[in-house]
Amino acid sequence: MDYTLLFVQVLNGLQLGLLLFLVASGLTLVFGILDFVNLAHGSIYMIGAFICASLTFVLGNFLWAVLVALPLTGIVGYALERIVARNLYDKDHLDHVLGTFGLVLVLDTSAHILWGPAGITVPLPLWLDGQVELFTGAVIPVFRLLIIGTGLTVATGLFWLVNYTRLGMLIRAGASNRTMVSALGIDIQTLFALVFALGAMLSGLAGMLIAPITGANIGMGGQIIITAFVVIIIGGIGSMKGAFIAAIIIGLIDTLGRSFLDTLFTLIMNENAAETAAPAVSAMMIYILMAVILAVKPQGLFPPKVR
Amino acid sequence: MNNLTKVGWVTVMGMIALAILPPYFLLTGQAFYMDLATRLVILGIAAVSLNLILGFGGMVSFGHAAFIGLGAYAVGIPSYHATWGGFDLIASYNGLLHLVLALGVSALFALITGAISLRTKGVYFIMITMAFGQMAFFLFQSLDVYNGDDGLTIDVRSELPFINLDSPMQLYGLSYISLVIAMLLVKTIVNSRFGMVLQGAKGNNERMVTLGYNTYLYRLAAYVISGVMCGYAGFLLGNFTTFISPDMMHWTRSGELMFMVILGGAATAFGPVLGSSVFILVEEILSSFTIFWHLPFGLMLIGVVLFIRGGLMGLFKGKGK
Repeated sequence: MDYTLLFVQVLNGLQLGLLLFLVASGLTLVFGILDFVNLAHGSIYMIGAFICASLTFVLGNFLWAVLVALPLTGIVGYALERIVARNLYDKDHLDHVLGTFGLVLVLDTSAHILWGPAGITVPLPLWLDGQVELFTGAVIPVFRLLIIGTGLTVATGLFWLVNYTRLGMLIRAGASNRTMVSALGIDIQTLFALVFALGAMLSGLAGMLIAPITGANIGMGGQIIITAFVVIIIGGIGSMKGAFIAAIIIGLIDTLGRSFLDTLFTLIMNENAAETAAPAVSAMMIYILMAVILAVKPQGLFPPKVR
Repeated sequence: MNNLTKVGWVTVMGMIALAILPPYFLLTGQAFYMDLATRLVILGIAAVSLNLILGFGGMVSFGHAAFIGLGAYAVGIPSYHATWGGFDLIASYNGLLHLVLALGVSALFALITGAISLRTKGVYFIMITMAFGQMAFFLFQSLDVYNGDDGLTIDVRSELPFINLDSPMQLYGLSYISLVIAMLLVKTIVNSRFGMVLQGAKGNNERMVTLGYNTYLYRLAAYVISGVMCGYAGFLLGNFTTFISPDMMHWTRSGELMFMVILGGAATAFGPVLGSSVFILVEEILSSFTIFWHLPFGLMLIGVVLFIRGGLMGLFKGKGK
């Protein structure tokens, strides 16, 4: 086996996992505290990417664009909470799903109108555009290392926020008993809106980070939202720790599956069959993993204790 | 007929309109409307099947489009191999074989995914069924033999005894009769002892379990029945469009199916059909005005969820709900 390739692919998997975590953390945060299923979370990821792409051309620099796009995405999230999501909290999950599905159609079409059907390629500054050789043969784009670094930093920051700050305490308290929290004099509506905006920023950040690699495009939200759902199902809906672990597992399995499964299959079948079977199986792998985990633990790996 | 309620009248009138209008359009040379009606009736069957578990059983399946795709590929794959060779075991134009495959594969898929999904409840169930639907989508997308993403054109429709599916009128007739049978079947199921347990479990699962019913098995049975019916709709849809692609199984398609049921009115006999009719017509009208028709469509969806309780059929019920 080619260990250099394995190393590079593990890094790629880690990068995918961290991006997934950014999207899934917002999803699990919103579900945990608001009991709200948000399909439109993927569209916010797309909007973050598009805003950042446009700003890169206006401001002339990708990093400045990210810094300005982050609060803007937060504002979009806040507005969505005010206008649509807030009116859905009292209804059941089926209504959440349908209402936010409508929101997905609205947001995706709006992006289509505003930014055109083709999508936007985002240029990187020169110093981020290169590659480094970590050791002989292992050549990694600098930007991918930046994504991994950012992802780990944000994950750490999020754990600190949730576990050691007053806001985090309110979030955890709201997740276990919101009536009690509001009875203690906390403005629960503002807290909800803040959590929603925070989730939007996290998801938008993921979109901004992936934009220089894949470009900002209309379909990107619909693609990531399902995987993000798989992540929070496996991790246990509402659990931040679960989302992190599940995101990394899924990122690694998906990436490694796509690159090594055909080699693995040639050990047990002929090359032709392996070439046909490997893409099919690797496309289904994360779902098979989800099925296996749920068959054993129907509430996911780390089910929240109170509900 | 005197005892018919308002809802009953809407049902009967709607079904009569569906029986008369489309053939009339075809005979007066407006084949386009016949096409529209065929699609509407076939998706109506799918919506009726989803309504059995969503409306009456309280199981919010977000992956039902997978069954449509499985049913359609059960027509496409044997037909493809009969034309181009290979896979001798199933290569055939024989419609009965296609039908057996469509129903069999749907039943198997429903049994396996249902057995796992039904161990969970609430929002987990919604997301798991959605994920399983996407699994089917990605599976067919990765199958290069059948053109993956680009889809497969069905050159020869299923060959059935007595019925020629190449005739729009006969295809519509078969679809319409199938819809009526599907509605009667769901009605019979819902009013049977089995259906009572199913609805009881929707209302209060603990109580039904305490009464000694293994509600898990009842739900699984309903899930499989619903999946098989939806697979049958897929069999018809494949023969109607003669073009199949993984897109038929995409999660947004499942969302549309769910919307049809809710729009028309869940847990009513005619609701899903009314929902699919309004859905297809609105889609057709909006998309003739603008390519950005998803925008007003999405707003309409949000509006329905926020303001119309019980769907369109709820409007006919009048007081009470």
